[in-house]
Amino acid sequence: MNEGGGRLAIPVGADDHAQGPDDAAITLVEYGDYECPYCGQAFPIVQELQRVFAESLRLVFRNLPLSNVHPHAEGAAEAAEAVALQGRFWAMHDLLYQHQRELRAESLLKYAEEAGADATQVAEVLARRGTRARVENDLEGALRSGANGTPTFFVNGSRYDQSWDFDTLREFIQAELDRG
Amino acid sequence: MSSPPKSGDLPAGPLQPGTAAPDFSLPETPDQRVTLSELRGPVVLIFYPADWSPVCGDELSMFQAASAMFARHGGQLLGVSVDGPWSHIAFRASRKLGFPLLADSHPKGQVSRAYGVYRAADGTSERGLFVLDQAHRVAWSYLSPIGISPGVDGALQALEALK
Repeated sequence: MNEGGGRLAIPVGADDHAQGPDDAAITLVEYGDYECPYCGQAFPIVQELQRVFAESLRLVFRNLPLSNVHPHAEGAAEAAEAVALQGRFWAMHDLLYQHQRELRAESLLKYAEEAGADATQVAEVLARRGTRARVENDLEGALRSGANGTPTFFVNGSRYDQSWDFDTLREFIQAELDRG
Repeated sequence: MSSPPKSGDLPAGPLQPGTAAPDFSLPETPDQRVTLSELRGPVVLIFYPADWSPVCGDELSMFQAASAMFARHGGQLLGVSVDGPWSHIAFRASRKLGFPLLADSHPKGQVSRAYGVYRAADGTSERGLFVLDQAHRVAWSYLSPIGISPGVDGALQALEALK
C-alpha cells in the first residue's frame, strides 16, 4: 500500500497535454489550478525550466481545480480542455495563467479566441459541460496520486515534496539527470 | 465512553492497525459535539497542527476535493486540531469545508494524546491520519512529516480496502 509517499497513479499517455519529447529523460507532471496564486508563481518557473533543460524535459499539465477555495478554477479548467479539443491547449493554458484574476465565463471565451480557437465551438462545448468528465478524471487521478496542494509536481512519477522555487527544482531535476 | 487514558498508558506513536480507537466527544461548535461511538460506519480522522497554516489549508482542501470519493465508501471525514471551536467555524467557512472540524482544545490535546499524535513541545497535533473500520478499530494510520501535507491517497486506499 502506498503509505502517502505519492506516486503518479495514472501514467502519462497519449491523452495528456505534453510539451517536449516523449522520450525525454525527465517527465515533469504538474497538477495545477488556474486560479491558484501559487500555480501562477510556478508558471514562469516551469517555463524557465523548459528553456534550461530543453529536450531533456517533457512537461505534462493536468487539472487539479480546488473549487472550495477557487470558485473559477473548475470553469477555467473546462475551458482549457474545450480549447484543447481544437488543438490549442498550451496557448490557452498560458493565457489563463497570465490572467488569473479575471476568469469569468465571458473572459474565458475571449482567451479561447486569442488562443486561436473558435470561441463559438468552445461555448457550445462548455454549455453542455462537454469537458467536465475530463477535468474530474484529472482531479481523481491527482487525489489517488497523493497530490497534496496546488501545484503538485511529479518528477518521473514521484511526488516532489521540496520547495518548487527555481533553484531547488532545477537542482533536483539536474540530479535526476545525472543519475541517468 | 471509555475513560481517558492515564498518562502512563499513552501511546508513543500513532495508534497502529488493530487497535480499538479510543472514544471521544469533542465540540464542533460551542454548543454541538461529535461523539465517535455515536457515528455509524467507517471514519477518517485527520489530525493537523493548526487552522490557517498554509499546509493545513492545502491538506484539508485535498480532503474536501476528495469528499465524494470518501463518501462513496461511507467514510465520514473528521478534522481534529487543538484550535477552539470559534477558530474552526471561521476556518471551515473560509475554506468551504463540508466536513466537521473538531476542537481538541479542552483539555488541550487530550484526544491527540490518546491517538499518539500530540507534539508536546509545540502544543499541537501531529499531521496524523487514521482510518477506522465499521467497528471503530484502527485499520490504517499514517504520520506525515509536519511540513508535508500527506495527500489523500493512503487514507482512500485504506478505506476502499475495508471489508
